[in-house]
Amino acid sequence: MDNGAALVFRGVSKTFGDAKAPALEQVDIDIRPTRVTGLIGPDGAGKTTLMRLAAGLLTPDSGSIHALGMDVVQEPLRVQSSIGYMPQRFGLYEDLSVQENLDLYADLQGVARADRPARYQQLMHMTGLAPFTRRLAGRLSGGMKQKLGLACALVRPPRLLLLDEPTVGVDPVSRRELWAIVYRQVEDEGMTVLLSTAYLDEAGRCDEVILMHEGRRLGQGPPADFSEPMRGRSFHIGAPSVGKRRLQAELAGVPGIIDATIEGEQVRVVTTGAGLPARLPDIPDLTAAPAEPIFEDAFIAALKGGRAGTAPPAPALGFHGPTASASDRAVIEVHGLQRRFGDFIAVKGVSFQVRRGEIFGLLGANGAGKTTTFRILCGLLPASSGEVRVAGLDLRRARARARGRLGYMAQRFSLYADLTVLQNLRFFASAYDLHRRRSKQRIAWALEAFELEKYANANSGTLPLGYKQRLAMAAALLHEPDILFLDEPTSGVDPLARREFWQRINALAEAGVTVLVTTHFMDEANYCDRLVIMAEGEVLATGTPADMKARYRSDERPDPTMEDAFIALIEAHEKDAGAVPA
Amino acid sequence: MNPAAARRMRLTGMIRKESLQILRDPSSIAIAFIMPVVLLLLFGYGVSLDARKVPLAMVVEQPDANSASLVGAFRHSEYFAPRLFTSLQEARQAFDLREVFGIVWLRNNFSNRLLGQGDAPIGVIINGVDANQARITGGYIQGVWQAWLADYARGRGLTPRVPVVLEPRIWFNAAVRSHNFLVPGLIAVIMTLIGAMLTSMVVAREWERGTMEALMVTPIRIDELVIGKLAPYFLLGMGGMLLSVVMALWQFDVPLRGSFWALTATSALFMLVALGMGLLISVVAKNQFVAGQVSIIVTFLPAFILSGFIFSIGSMPEPIQWITHLIPARYYVAILQSLFLAGDIWPIMLGNSAALAVMMVVFLGLARRRFHKRLDA
Amino acid sequence: MNTLRRILALALKELLAILRDKKSRFVLIGPPIAQLLIFGYAATFDLNDIPLAVYNEDRSAPSRELVARIAGSPHFHLVSIIGRDSQIAPLIDNREALMVLHLGPRFSANLHRGGSGHAQVIIDGRNSNTALLALGYLRAIITDFNIGWAREHGAQRPPATLKIRPWYNENLLSRWFIVPGIVGLLTLVVTTVVTGLSVAREREAGTFDQLLVTPLRPVEILIGKSIPGILIGLIEGSLILIVAVYWFEVPLRGSLGALYLGLFLFLLSAVGIGLMISSLAVTQQQGILGAFLFLVPAVILSGFATPIANMPEVVQQLTWLNPMRYFLVILRGVFLEGDSYGLLLDQYWPMAIIAVATLALAGWLFRHRMN
Repeated sequence: MDNGAALVFRGVSKTFGDAKAPALEQVDIDIRPTRVTGLIGPDGAGKTTLMRLAAGLLTPDSGSIHALGMDVVQEPLRVQSSIGYMPQRFGLYEDLSVQENLDLYADLQGVARADRPARYQQLMHMTGLAPFTRRLAGRLSGGMKQKLGLACALVRPPRLLLLDEPTVGVDPVSRRELWAIVYRQVEDEGMTVLLSTAYLDEAGRCDEVILMHEGRRLGQGPPADFSEPMRGRSFHIGAPSVGKRRLQAELAGVPGIIDATIEGEQVRVVTTGAGLPARLPDIPDLTAAPAEPIFEDAFIAALKGGRAGTAPPAPALGFHGPTASASDRAVIEVHGLQRRFGDFIAVKGVSFQVRRGEIFGLLGANGAGKTTTFRILCGLLPASSGEVRVAGLDLRRARARARGRLGYMAQRFSLYADLTVLQNLRFFASAYDLHRRRSKQRIAWALEAFELEKYANANSGTLPLGYKQRLAMAAALLHEPDILFLDEPTSGVDPLARREFWQRINALAEAGVTVLVTTHFMDEANYCDRLVIMAEGEVLATGTPADMKARYRSDERPDPTMEDAFIALIEAHEKDAGAVPA
Repeated sequence: MNPAAARRMRLTGMIRKESLQILRDPSSIAIAFIMPVVLLLLFGYGVSLDARKVPLAMVVEQPDANSASLVGAFRHSEYFAPRLFTSLQEARQAFDLREVFGIVWLRNNFSNRLLGQGDAPIGVIINGVDANQARITGGYIQGVWQAWLADYARGRGLTPRVPVVLEPRIWFNAAVRSHNFLVPGLIAVIMTLIGAMLTSMVVAREWERGTMEALMVTPIRIDELVIGKLAPYFLLGMGGMLLSVVMALWQFDVPLRGSFWALTATSALFMLVALGMGLLISVVAKNQFVAGQVSIIVTFLPAFILSGFIFSIGSMPEPIQWITHLIPARYYVAILQSLFLAGDIWPIMLGNSAALAVMMVVFLGLARRRFHKRLDA
Repeated sequence: MNTLRRILALALKELLAILRDKKSRFVLIGPPIAQLLIFGYAATFDLNDIPLAVYNEDRSAPSRELVARIAGSPHFHLVSIIGRDSQIAPLIDNREALMVLHLGPRFSANLHRGGSGHAQVIIDGRNSNTALLALGYLRAIITDFNIGWAREHGAQRPPATLKIRPWYNENLLSRWFIVPGIVGLLTLVVTTVVTGLSVAREREAGTFDQLLVTPLRPVEILIGKSIPGILIGLIEGSLILIVAVYWFEVPLRGSLGALYLGLFLFLLSAVGIGLMISSLAVTQQQGILGAFLFLVPAVILSGFATPIANMPEVVQQLTWLNPMRYFLVILRGVFLEGDSYGLLLDQYWPMAIIAVATLALAGWLFRHRMN
């Protein structure tokens, strides 16, 4: 079994309890030592199951697992004393201090007392936690918690480090730092790292990538091995006369194109074969240029296979509002918005305006104040001071009336899990005062437009994630709101469902609905017409995605991504504030 | 490092961590110290079977010296607060309105019959809705009546002619205070609840917060995990126990006739049973909400009703008597009531302690078996 | 009109959400049935088979007859006959016998001489209630014996005799007292838990925000959430009533209407308290804890198991705030005493006041918490 690999899976299958589909099916993998291997796949691909099997927390139904030459199934305790493992929600004791958490794991891992001071110092320096050793873990920011979790897993340098989605929900700045720590371990200690992630753009940072989907291994190799074959199949297409949204909608339906996403002012397409398809939409100023292939192209191509042009047709949403260009009047106006929680000021004098038919984004790290702002706009939280007008109504006075005109989709699936799809829709129809005929009409529309007919009588809690999201959106749109509020609508959703979702949002915006969205996926910012970036309760920048990126264009980075712009902005802000000790 | 030293280090690490968490989290301290005080006060004062000053209607249709002496006998009893009526009608009205609990009816020929052929009837009506209370009150009325009879006879220079005289001697609790048996029983009920709740919630909390997964991939062994978790809570529970005993002795004036060390030893044993029960619940439930629910359902009510603390087990239907053998509080209640009121009664202590020891082994053993370092088992 | 429709839609949704979830269905059905059976059968103060030991130093006919009478009673069970004084203590200490009947060597001699025979009884007082009850049974048997003896031997009868008649519960069955109380106990528990958790459950699932962004007003949400609690309480209460009457055979003598009026007022106050817990609790765990903190004192201080009249004065005054104390009087009044509306008036109005106060407070808390 010893082929020099640090972790070997042979024919491993695992099915949980009464689940129909196996979580893992006949998986073979070899993790090469002293490398960072990325385990990449959408939700439900089996990444966490694989990690837990490797850590000896689960027993496989069949197959064998060897870590560092030891049989994980036979000798879990021996394996566990030479690996480090950081579960998705790392078990930090939030009521213990940073130091006490470290002490506990040092005791459990049997780190000799004499070796501790040096190791602690090294870890604290590396993670930037040195000034906070006495702080309770629960009072650290999301990024710092994640770094402490990593430090605890590293307290006795393991030979094999397993990290389960360490960067999920972490802001881009902390993500970069986490990656830097991981690479230092590999370089300084010769550690082997297996890391899973749902962020496809992180694939490029790994030495090697394993692509997972529905419990199977689709491929393994260096990231370039995935993206290189896509060369000649990725293009940037622009057509200023139609606008990016309509262009994307049209391109998505073209046979031979498997993927069309908005990137800046252009549309990025991936084709089934080399070269552009013969028949492109007939638009006079349409321009096309080859684009550098990225891992995501390969991912979509692998998942969609040959099913080109299968993007759902933009549903007829049945809206009869004015078209997008009809009005420039602001639908949402925020002036000097403040919100205090005790001594803490969560939102400090935020102002912005959203025009009708716009997709407007609120971006920011955890704790930036975007959720608070969002909740005030929806009328879920009163403002401490400042002015908020939604659909021309002052929220302080006419909250109930304003609510009738807005739709709201929460971050987590938040419909009644024990009710069927139909019961949920009926309830929300009544709650929004839709009566008999209208209610029937709109429910029929929702079932059809969101392809929910076959699940109409299923408990909504049992739906696949993508369908849950569709149902939530259908419920938010039943009463044809003028304004739609979306709070991190795509977190945890796989890339295919995300594309479909944005397609629907685009269609809504085209129909004149104003959409306000928060997100931490930087690439999704490209879908917004305008956006604000927030940090520590303040607005750092407002503008179109193109504006933001343009600001950080430099010789080193001729074509900065949204993430580059975001990080530059945050770093500049921190420098100004002079805070945050290293 | 040698394995024994590593073991010791892991164990002390766990114990220190649990202790720190207890100190930081006011809720476990509240469960261990505030709950027993509140519950003891609530139950100690709220649950009492001792009737005092029972309102009683006395219907005297023809007042004279004889009836007055009988009324006086009731009036002097600490158990009754008699109210005088001249007709049964009025007394009935008060009875229906629940202003009086019973009626003592002396007809207009009471004195005549008393002086004449004897056998003067005294009619007594008691509200029987609360059967227990009615029986006890009936007993008190009989007591007053007998005392009055003896007095009456003595007053007329007659020797009282009662063929068989009952001479009760109530051991251990001569004043027949219900506190004396309710409070030790309560301690058992409260300790069941606290022991089970403390551990069931804290282990479930580790599952819920995801800390268990991180613990399980460390080289720690299940035994170390279990001992490390139980040890601090055992001490905490014993602290709560001590507090309860102190309250029983000084707040409720319950005598402690057994030895303190026997109390400590049996309490420690029972605490282990309760903690084991909580551990088992939490290992099975893995979720704070369910664990909390289950620990209330399986500990509180059974301990309250089936432990013999208030309802006598011997009077329950046979199948339910069998079920009571599965309730750990049953054995501890028996031990405590004897220890407090009678003394170190070895046969009772040994027998019940043996039962508790068996339960401890079963609970801890089951919990240990169900507690795997695997997420899927 | 719209308001009504929205409230009904919300109430319907609440009911569906409760009834479709396996766990909450279980909470509604499982524990109540178990409690009904356990309480119904186990919670009794009636004693039978009291273990009795006899130490009879007087081996004559009268003493034997007395012992036979006692041992033959269904309340007593002869476990041991002893012959020495020193045997008494271990029997009592080890709880092998609850009481020892000691008849001295001169028992019958005294009796025949025209004096009194002394029957000494040693009782284990560790459980004072049991001791008093056992003593009561014994006293009744001895009184009977005395009357018989007096008649047979032509002795003078006592100048006055006592005839005790319990009303409403002629045979003094504990079950008749406990089972109607369970109707109140279980409806209180179920209603408080259902309404106490309803908002917390939505807060945890994230659906509460979704509800708040609809045009539903806070008051409408509150009303919509109280309807299922009342409905479930009514159904559950009726079910237990049926079991009480047909399974436990407790007589239902009074007016059913008066009972249901009481039940309705009682449910209103329970719902008010449940909603107060609901508006304060952020998580279901807090909801459960809150419900527990309310339920335990509410049950203990209601007169369910032990009479309120036995409590210290201050505690008695505290029970005026407890809706269950009034409902228990109504239940027992209607079941056993055959009461109707008139006699229960004093129980109705305090519950009505508690209901109005708690509902208003819940509404205030609810609105206050949202801002």
